[in-house]
Amino acid sequence: MRSRWACLLLGGLTLATVQMACAEGGSMDLPTTVEAGNAFSIRCTGSGKAVLYIVGPGQALRRDVELGGTTSFPAGSLYNAGHYLVVLVAGPSTGSGSFNVVPASQPADLSFLARPSRLPVGLHDGISGAVYVFDAYRNLITEPASVSFELSPPSGAVQQRTVVTHDGAAWTEMDSTAKEGVDTFKAQVDRVSSTRVVEQVPGDPCGLRMAARQSGPYLEVQTDPVRDCSGNAVPDGTIVTFTENYDGAQSTVDVPLKHGIAQVEMPAYNGARISVASGVVLGNEIQWRK
Amino acid sequence: MTMIKPLLIVFSIFAMPFALLADQTAVRVEPSDLQGPRQLQQQTATAAIHDYLQAWQGLSAALEQNRADLLDPDFVGTARDKLANTVHEQAALGIHTRYRDRSHDLRIVLYSPEGLSIQLIDNVEYDEQVFDQDKVLTTQRVHARYIVVLTPSEMRWRVRIFQVGPQESAHLKK
Repeated sequence: MRSRWACLLLGGLTLATVQMACAEGGSMDLPTTVEAGNAFSIRCTGSGKAVLYIVGPGQALRRDVELGGTTSFPAGSLYNAGHYLVVLVAGPSTGSGSFNVVPASQPADLSFLARPSRLPVGLHDGISGAVYVFDAYRNLITEPASVSFELSPPSGAVQQRTVVTHDGAAWTEMDSTAKEGVDTFKAQVDRVSSTRVVEQVPGDPCGLRMAARQSGPYLEVQTDPVRDCSGNAVPDGTIVTFTENYDGAQSTVDVPLKHGIAQVEMPAYNGARISVASGVVLGNEIQWRK
Repeated sequence: MTMIKPLLIVFSIFAMPFALLADQTAVRVEPSDLQGPRQLQQQTATAAIHDYLQAWQGLSAALEQNRADLLDPDFVGTARDKLANTVHEQAALGIHTRYRDRSHDLRIVLYSPEGLSIQLIDNVEYDEQVFDQDKVLTTQRVHARYIVVLTPSEMRWRVRIFQVGPQESAHLKK
């Protein structure tokens, strides 16, 4: 290629142009940005045949071009956001430049990280979620976008937060509600949403109480219905521990809750002290007197 | 330090053992300006940045040798898929690229509350060469602002999002 030549890259989104030096004194006028997935074209001045490369970490393209003509890149040709080098090779001569492909502006997908999937009721900021917003080509949309977070319990008030993304990310925290059940935790940007399920389970027993009555040589010891501090029934299977102290000896019985209560038979020693606990929660104590 | 030609410059709140870095790579870690309520322990930050910097070596090797498998230790998900796709495209076109990172100016901006992702910004300077077979087609020095998201895997942090950010990324031809 002996003649001087120049290329123009015409992107679907042209924000500015920069002039790039080319071989043999030519130049390339390139836009700084092309929106991901948009059609664009490159016009090269000069004459003869050449090969055009567009190369970046996200994609690599090659086109045979006619200098002096326009090479069109249809929509979807270049879709991964990033910095791309442009190289035009015409015989022994090369020219180069670069431009950026920016994410499409329309959200198409969310990565919604939510934790935990199961937690006790009534925890302040117990539920957290982080969102990354992507376009249709899985490019992180870095322009600010409003993310609506919504935690919906089976009944009762919905918690809502709106957070603007920063460099494609947004996060929030929410309280678990007082009522047990399955909540839906939704993040939404425009019409794109992602939902997670958060199971809220009763908290630790609250006001654990038991009563005893004699039945022959034994005491029948039984708790009241075991509930958490919000009034939710503590689930069956939760272990309740009864401990009897008598005359320097101690005996312990672990009993799972069944139908919301725990019951056990223990020897009816006169003067025995019986206590009840569930996990770290202590209940009342009884001193048995005949 | 026993590194070869250690021109490593670290202005950091972390005492990071970046011994795995290639020589002549300058690394500056700015104090974190974290979004989010989750505390970022120094050990976690050190590990994440170490793994990210090592990922540049994986990227460079994969794109220079056109071997997608070299991405696997460092990249996952979207980042891995996109880079692997580029490797395949380069191989099909008969070209390869050489990336040499010259400097990193890093800042961790988000440790998501559930602890499953770390986002960092890297104002990076690197040299990119494009080869057709063994012929150098171009060499450019690139300044870019990368947005990176790392997620934990079994043994290390891996890069899940690796993308040039919105700020200007001018290039200087060598």
